Amino acid sequence: MNRIGGKWIILAIMVIAVIVPQVVTNKYYMNILIMSGIWSIVALSLNLILGYTGQVNLAHGAFFGIGAYASALMMLKLNMNFWLALPLAAAIAGFFGFLIGLPALRTRGSYFAIGTLCFNIIVTLIVDRWEGLTEGARGLMGIPGPSPIPLPWGGEITFKTMATQYYLVLGFLLLTIFVLRRIIQSLVGRTFRAIRGNEELAEAVGIHAMRTKLLSFTVSCFFAGVGGVLYASYIGFLSPEITDYHVSFDALIYIMIGGVGTMAGPIIGTLLFVTIPETLHIAAEFRLLLYGLILIVMIIYLPRGIVGWVKDLRGRKGKQEVSWEQS
Amino acid sequence: MMVLFFQQLVNGIMLGAAYSLVALGLTLIYGILHIPNFAHGHKYMWAAFTSLFLVVNFHTNYWVSLLIAMVVLGLAGAGVERLVYRPLRNVPHINSFIAAIGLLLALESLSLIFWGADFRRFPTLYDKPIHIFGVAITLQRLLVIVGAALFIILLQIFIKRTWLGATIEAVAQNPEGAQLVGISIDRVSSLTFGIGTALAAAAATLIAPIFLVYPTMGSMPNLKAFVVIIIGGMGSIPGAVIGGVMLGLIEALGGGYISTDYKDLFAFGALVTFLTLRPMGLFGKGVR
Amino acid sequence: MGAILTVQGLTRFFGGLAAVMDLSFEVQSGEILSLIGPNGAGKTTVFNLITGTLLPTQGKVLFQDHEITGSRPYETTVLGVARTFQTTSLFYDETVVDNLIVGYRCRTRMGFWDALFQTGRSREDERRCRQKAEEILEFIGLRERGAELARNIPQESQKRLAIALALVTEPKLLLLDEPVGGLTEEENISMMALIQKVQTRGISILLIEHKMKVVMNISDRIVVLNYGQKIAEGSPQEVGRNSAVIEAYLGAGYSET
Repeated sequence: MNRIGGKWIILAIMVIAVIVPQVVTNKYYMNILIMSGIWSIVALSLNLILGYTGQVNLAHGAFFGIGAYASALMMLKLNMNFWLALPLAAAIAGFFGFLIGLPALRTRGSYFAIGTLCFNIIVTLIVDRWEGLTEGARGLMGIPGPSPIPLPWGGEITFKTMATQYYLVLGFLLLTIFVLRRIIQSLVGRTFRAIRGNEELAEAVGIHAMRTKLLSFTVSCFFAGVGGVLYASYIGFLSPEITDYHVSFDALIYIMIGGVGTMAGPIIGTLLFVTIPETLHIAAEFRLLLYGLILIVMIIYLPRGIVGWVKDLRGRKGKQEVSWEQS
Repeated sequence: MMVLFFQQLVNGIMLGAAYSLVALGLTLIYGILHIPNFAHGHKYMWAAFTSLFLVVNFHTNYWVSLLIAMVVLGLAGAGVERLVYRPLRNVPHINSFIAAIGLLLALESLSLIFWGADFRRFPTLYDKPIHIFGVAITLQRLLVIVGAALFIILLQIFIKRTWLGATIEAVAQNPEGAQLVGISIDRVSSLTFGIGTALAAAAATLIAPIFLVYPTMGSMPNLKAFVVIIIGGMGSIPGAVIGGVMLGLIEALGGGYISTDYKDLFAFGALVTFLTLRPMGLFGKGVR
Repeated sequence: MGAILTVQGLTRFFGGLAAVMDLSFEVQSGEILSLIGPNGAGKTTVFNLITGTLLPTQGKVLFQDHEITGSRPYETTVLGVARTFQTTSLFYDETVVDNLIVGYRCRTRMGFWDALFQTGRSREDERRCRQKAEEILEFIGLRERGAELARNIPQESQKRLAIALALVTEPKLLLLDEPVGGLTEEENISMMALIQKVQTRGISILLIEHKMKVVMNISDRIVVLNYGQKIAEGSPQEVGRNSAVIEAYLGAGYSET
């Protein structure tokens, strides 16, 4: 947003976000907000490879899970400190992203989608069956939260209350937004968009498609891992379901509804889908039905999501079109 | 030892026949419309529930309920094409893929709402095993193999020998040309979707008595069907058959000799291998 | 000066069909060489073989005396060979100027970490990209349209933008595939002027075109293809009188505009 009005809106949102825990004390709602924060990180990271680079990655849940399990295992079995485990686990997730990307990104469009989906299933299967490493279906319990940070003037910041955990997640969310925004607005981000627009043309203007896609994919998986670590540490318990491809589908839905290929879209989509169903207490099956129907309607009539719709209302003429990687 | 091998071989062929039959409808739809119909497995699931419902509640003859399921699902498939996929015909195919994900979620949740999450048995008259050369196989499983072969042959005859089949092939090979000679792309799309879904319905009714019937039963066959058509080549009918049998054998032999725990892994491992080395599949067209 | 591009014995089969057969020719440095021939003569295939979109079955491509046969398109572009496509290819969802900014990316050095930490190098590179984009916009005559979306500008401007996109990569050789396809008589003339303006910058040009008037007017030399093989080569006058050429065209029919 480069209008002055836009800057004030962002500032207002930031202020509200910071004040919230002082006003909202209800644990139930705080929990929803914290989970929204974590899922926003997941959605934003997926948007990098999917929205900005145009590759429909359906393995995001796997990388989220890898980050979660890696950090949990390091903290539980190696007695590692959260603050060390987090970047390491995220790096592991990013590394796996790189490894998987090498073969997977040689495919495109639907092939890439299916291939990544199958990879996700493989990961879930392994996490479920390799009980020696992951405790399998029993799950990992007692995952510690972040250890206290000593303050230079004495005392320390602990992360026992909802409020402090909220600020922790908010902090990482802001960091994620900051990093992703920097990348997207740079020349590197422009090459991502070039791949999305027309991969063959991008190569014709000297862009190394494979390297570019791999970079986007790796960074995306890194931040999925960050989300995973925050989840593991907050919930304290992990089971193989969190690596399941339904996590990938959820992230996809949040992005598509909120607005693919925008910074605000994934956050808006996540907020809508995490807060509203919780507050309305809809049964799981009906929620799923709603998600499915909304996704169908959105992809046909509003493929650029809510943010895209608002942008069009504000003045950019032209039909709603999504530029994907052509297959 | 040899008996074990033949047992696994027969299992593999039966699995392969099942996968081929499910993949057949999928490859037909992809070959003509270039839509990866990711909700295929969930239509398969609804077909199973439909025939189960008829057999259990109305005591319909098994074969009659198979036919009814084919018709009902065929019509539903055509309807879905009209409502969901046709508006997306002129945008990148990946949008159809996402719509299919939405459809998949809707179908699964509707099934949970209607039928509940319980696993149900499909009663059948054909569950007595017969023995051939020391290998045990139930009649139902034999029916799957025979049924798959029958439908493959029927499909080939339909495509090559009937006028309707010819219009489908025309649209597959040259949509603009087909339109010029007066073929309605809309009608052919609906027809193709209808036939593809009906084939899935046939597969479901044949296979359901062997396994259980439940709302998420379609997810694995869906993914395996996609593995099959990627191995065989998207849009190729012989590819679907050969790919299906290959996959069935890989799973049966891998599961039998290496590990049952990780048997699903073989299917997806095969997929990843093919995507990396030969993404166009055995019978697909190449690039560069 | 010498040949900037040499094609030797270039052959490409598709199944049993030879799209290009034993083709050899040179593009002299600084000239405009046109590649003509009836439809299906294999001209775009030749472009694809030069840039690396397709691998030749046989034969060599040399650019500035270095072999580039089988290099990938992004490699040949960095070496200095740029192209346009028969169906105008642009980044339609980006603005005109954004199209060109990303086109200059291949001449910058910044990487991921530069972007993350907004290093001096990243800011310098972005400045250079923007500067180069504006310069090419000015050159191509699209400065007023800079902020418009590529999909919204008129067809003739889109064709100019496609050429601009190739130019912004700082090529030494420009491959133009039917630059006046679908344009009116007036637009042909301004496009021809543009192509000649590109030549004055020292860029060699290899051109595919059907419109004979344009080809005859603008080319220094012409190579004629039929069924993937060279049937004539020479100045426009020579080629115009060549009986094999006339026969090839009378059979297939061609556009005189």
